[in-house]
Amino acid sequence: MTVPAEAFPHIDDDPPPSDLQRWREDYRRRRARRSTVIASVSTVVFLAVVLVAIFLSPGWPRVRQSFFDGAVARDALPDILRGLWLNVRVLAVTAVLVVVVGLLVAALRTLRGPIYFPVRALAAAYTDFFRGMPLIILLYLVGFGLPGLQLQGIPNSPVVLGTVALVLTYSAYVSEVFRAGIESVHPSQRAAARSLGLTYGQTMRRVVLPQAVRRVAPPLLNDFVALQKDVGLISVLGALDAVRQAQIHSDETFNFTPYLVAGLLFVLLAFPMIRVADWVSVRAARRQQASGSL
Amino acid sequence: MTATEQVPVLRCAGVVKRFDHHTVLRSIDIDVAEHEVVTLIGASGSGKSTLLRCINLLETVDDGSIHLDGVDITDPRVDADNVRRRIGVVFQAYNLFPHMTVLDNVMLAPRLVNKIPRDQAEDRAMTLLRRVNLSEKAKEYPDRLSGGQQQRVAIVRALANDPRLLLLDEITSALDPELVGEVLALIRELKDQRMTIVMATHEMAFARQAADRVCFLDGGRLLEQGPPEQVLVDPVEPRTRQFLARIIEAGRL
Repeated sequence: MTVPAEAFPHIDDDPPPSDLQRWREDYRRRRARRSTVIASVSTVVFLAVVLVAIFLSPGWPRVRQSFFDGAVARDALPDILRGLWLNVRVLAVTAVLVVVVGLLVAALRTLRGPIYFPVRALAAAYTDFFRGMPLIILLYLVGFGLPGLQLQGIPNSPVVLGTVALVLTYSAYVSEVFRAGIESVHPSQRAAARSLGLTYGQTMRRVVLPQAVRRVAPPLLNDFVALQKDVGLISVLGALDAVRQAQIHSDETFNFTPYLVAGLLFVLLAFPMIRVADWVSVRAARRQQASGSL
Repeated sequence: MTATEQVPVLRCAGVVKRFDHHTVLRSIDIDVAEHEVVTLIGASGSGKSTLLRCINLLETVDDGSIHLDGVDITDPRVDADNVRRRIGVVFQAYNLFPHMTVLDNVMLAPRLVNKIPRDQAEDRAMTLLRRVNLSEKAKEYPDRLSGGQQQRVAIVRALANDPRLLLLDEITSALDPELVGEVLALIRELKDQRMTIVMATHEMAFARQAADRVCFLDGGRLLEQGPPEQVLVDPVEPRTRQFLARIIEAGRL
């Protein structure tokens, strides 16, 4: 009997699984179920022990009063939410600017040829300097220092100046991530693209960068999650964001609950992004591996 | 099989493998006896590599069973690492670890898996490397070697665990013709040392000289098997004839 290689019949034409295969599948299902049961039981026991230990500890009532005061939380929530909306807007603008500046700096750093030496050096100096500079100091310098010069054209808004400081710091980080991605693309890819007649720029844009960006998507998302929290630092400049609002309410009530509320909101904000980052890494790993269970 | 017959080193019985909606292997039956060299031939996509990957448990079979020395290794209760320890595999693209020297590549499994002390593992690795004339390359990194040398190192690495069975997956396909010879000579030497080998190959001339048995795979089926002088010279199946005619046309037999 001959079957031409090109005429793979559909899976429906296959014979039904043998008894051996049915047993194997059944066995694997049983193992999976058993693992689930063990995981659930151990989780429940663990949680019970932890919760009992917390609630029975002598300091618990004081902790609850200082950190988990429902009335204070309800009171502070609207203001904190309004502040968080500012954080989200700053985050969106910063993230877009960081990707653009980071990509640009990375591209400048990978330019070849002696004529580009000053550009390369400048890009390298930028990343070295702003990666080393503590963000909080940069915020003070940009946020309080620049307006203090009273030069023309320099904005006064703590929000705008805070965004500038964030972009300066994060672009330096992200450009290094991009550069690592660009350099991880095998030289044979450039060789293949250039041999087809593509220019350096075309090679970068069409061949190298698409592969590089895909490869560094997980670390980039990681930086994005970090940025999500660091937008709260613009509060030191006096911007009325979630952190500042929490501070105001905390000072009024002599209670730490508003900080906890703001903190939990930031966690909630980061949560979907963390899941997306996980999903992207899993998908990248799956795509790059041939198949199999290793 | 009668009781007087020896248990085959490898037995595939009704092996089925599917990828999504493609059935890549459709009920493959193969027995490989001790000291036997079996070559798998067939067009790209006929299932040769998939069969080898199934035997090494890199893929989970979708039906049928595979036995190593009479033990069902497709049983989900079997420790796959323990099975793989007894099977050596050489890949088409060598798959040497680029961040380790040749010697470290060869010593890795004996040291980590078999817990052999360093000096002993090194002695053994150097002996193996000397056998393939690569002892002076022991401290080099793989990327500084030629393709043929890299593939010989990969074979030595697979042998370092003293496997029961050696699986070779088109190990000469990535080599230029000049380098193919040195790798095939090594395989022939292994055959003379009575190694049990299953190899997927496009080298029909080599299959003809070195193999005890040739299996022709087509569309996931084992269409025809037998001694090389029969399958390669006077095949029964029209598909085999067609395949060989194309190979002869391409000047590879």
